[in-house]
Amino acid sequence: MAQPSVAPTATAEISSIPLRQIAPWALFFGLVALLVLFFVSTDQGATSVISGTAIHEWVHDGRHLLGYPCH
Amino acid sequence: MTARDFLIRGLIAGFIAGILGFLVAHQVGEPHVERAIALEEAGSTDEHPHDAAEEPGATHEHETEEAGHSHGDGETEVSRANQRTWGLLTGTLAVGTALGGLVGLIAAAVVGRIGRLTATQSTALVSVVGFVSFALVPFLKYPAAPPAVGSGDTIGERTALFFTFLAISVAAAVAAVAVARQLLAQTSVYAAVVVSGGLYLLVVAGAAALMPTVNELGDFPADTLWWFRLSSVFTLATVWGGIGVVLTGLADRESAAEARRELAASL
Repeated sequence: MAQPSVAPTATAEISSIPLRQIAPWALFFGLVALLVLFFVSTDQGATSVISGTAIHEWVHDGRHLLGYPCH
Repeated sequence: MTARDFLIRGLIAGFIAGILGFLVAHQVGEPHVERAIALEEAGSTDEHPHDAAEEPGATHEHETEEAGHSHGDGETEVSRANQRTWGLLTGTLAVGTALGGLVGLIAAAVVGRIGRLTATQSTALVSVVGFVSFALVPFLKYPAAPPAVGSGDTIGERTALFFTFLAISVAAAVAAVAVARQLLAQTSVYAAVVVSGGLYLLVVAGAAALMPTVNELGDFPADTLWWFRLSSVFTLATVWGGIGVVLTGLADRESAAEARRELAASL
């Protein structure tokens, strides 16, 4: 959209997105995504960041059916 | 498309994929989860896999522990009706959205950097490589286990093995793509794909051969296990397929809109 790109002709180079522009999004969202994946897949199983069993019990079926190790 | 465009479309695609994944998991997978839980509860008095082997005298203790389908110390109880609907939906939505966003951002970095991949080719490639390296290959080595299979005593070890193998698979996929990128510049697309695909297979097959196998099945019925695992693969394929198809469709629309704007600007 705001990114200038070359005309879409058959021989034109495909313009790439500068890594500098991707980095802040990747850093912030990467951390959020890893946290989400950790809480759905592992927390209150092999390790426990939040004590109790509420998260484990709530996402129990998802954990099994998405193939994560679960007891 | 900017990095932000890719991320937002990835999140939308992942959310939709999470809903689709829930529908498949609920319709196809849940009957087998229910059957496994019924088996677990039927077996919990005498030959429950958790601690049947070591402490035959401790039956009373794990009877109370297993009331309802709770694995923990009984602090929290979520009903099966909630686990199989809202709980399952939470899991697939969260995982789908997180993976969708990641695929979007990785696709943003790939555009124009591997050969002459366009936005749509990039989202499609990242989705396929993601499905194979993050879901399919780890599943082939450490397949999903239904309730009643898998001891609480080995959860730490099984989790470590699963994520170690997952990390090896994803790292090998990234390395293979980097190799393919180099080969593309020097040789043909054919050579790049065959060599990098072969390298990936070599690494994951080697790791799979070296890493220990987990087998805690006991006398769990083979047909229930088969159907459960098949439905687990269907769920994973639906989530990743949903991300790939929806994100690529959204990227295609945006690319077409960009082309129209450029044409209009050039007139």
